[in-house]
Amino acid sequence: MDGITTAETDSWKLSGRVFHSRLIVGTGKYRDLEQTAAAIEASGAEIVTVAVRRVNLSDASAPMLQDYVDPKRYTYLPNTAGCHTAKDAVRTLRLAREAGGWNLVKLEVLGPPPHLYPDMVATLEAAEALLADGFEVMVYCADDPVAAKRLEAMGCCAIMPLGAPIGSGLGIQNPAMLRMLIEQAEVPLLVDAGVGTASDAAIAMELGCTAVLLNSAIAHSPNPVLMARAMKQAVEAGRLAHLAGRMPRRMGADPSSPLAGLIR
Amino acid sequence: MTETIHLNGDPHPFIPGQTVADLLAALAIDANKIAVERNEAIVPRSLLAITRLAPGDALEIVHFIGGG
Repeated sequence: MDGITTAETDSWKLSGRVFHSRLIVGTGKYRDLEQTAAAIEASGAEIVTVAVRRVNLSDASAPMLQDYVDPKRYTYLPNTAGCHTAKDAVRTLRLAREAGGWNLVKLEVLGPPPHLYPDMVATLEAAEALLADGFEVMVYCADDPVAAKRLEAMGCCAIMPLGAPIGSGLGIQNPAMLRMLIEQAEVPLLVDAGVGTASDAAIAMELGCTAVLLNSAIAHSPNPVLMARAMKQAVEAGRLAHLAGRMPRRMGADPSSPLAGLIR
Repeated sequence: MTETIHLNGDPHPFIPGQTVADLLAALAIDANKIAVERNEAIVPRSLLAITRLAPGDALEIVHFIGGG
């Protein structure tokens, strides 16, 4: 396998579409829409998550996300953030489908603060309703191999376990569980939530994730545009390291310079 | 007392004969960037101009904003 060719032609598929970037970024928590656009550009992402909310009727002419993040250039992935029941999640994504015309969605049904942990009972119920309604469902979930397999069997097009709680920036707390989920997955497996800095994204990719989804790690950095670049490179580096394969660990040193030919 | 509809959770005057498209125009909202739900059912874009509002209707008008 030619390493350079592999890196340049590396791509992944999601519901029939081919993507080259393995970084999906959120569009929330930025200072303003200009900063949102600049950070997304720097991240190299091809897919962005978006939320569905009421229009501010007192100022309907205010600039909208679409004016800064062009839906023709980026694949919008509407989410169900803030939904705590299957019914709310389904209602929200039906509105998203009408607003944008997209079937590809990110389902997340969360339990209460402070953990906002995936509510898997409600998630399974919502996934069933959405799949029956023709949606292509990327699903945020616990790092639970039984639930993940069930979601995959139901027809979800991507399984997206957390690495740590949403917005926590705690990094990949569960590498062993993620590795097990990756090994059993037959659809794209993404880490969604928990990444805090570039090395976390690289770890996720080295483990063998298809891609990484993150928002706060870029948006809450003091310099979001620079962190977006860092994340782009970290995801690429982690992916290449995964493809290349790591050296075996050994207990003890192994000199890198030859011992032969030493002066005496 | 005048009749009302509920618009994004708040009362809003009901105007007899007004369609959803008329309402959006009155609010200066670009119909291409939003979605409308009426009494918990989607109003498809193709039907906005022929869907007449009724007193007591509950409308949700939503769009995409930044989110993770």
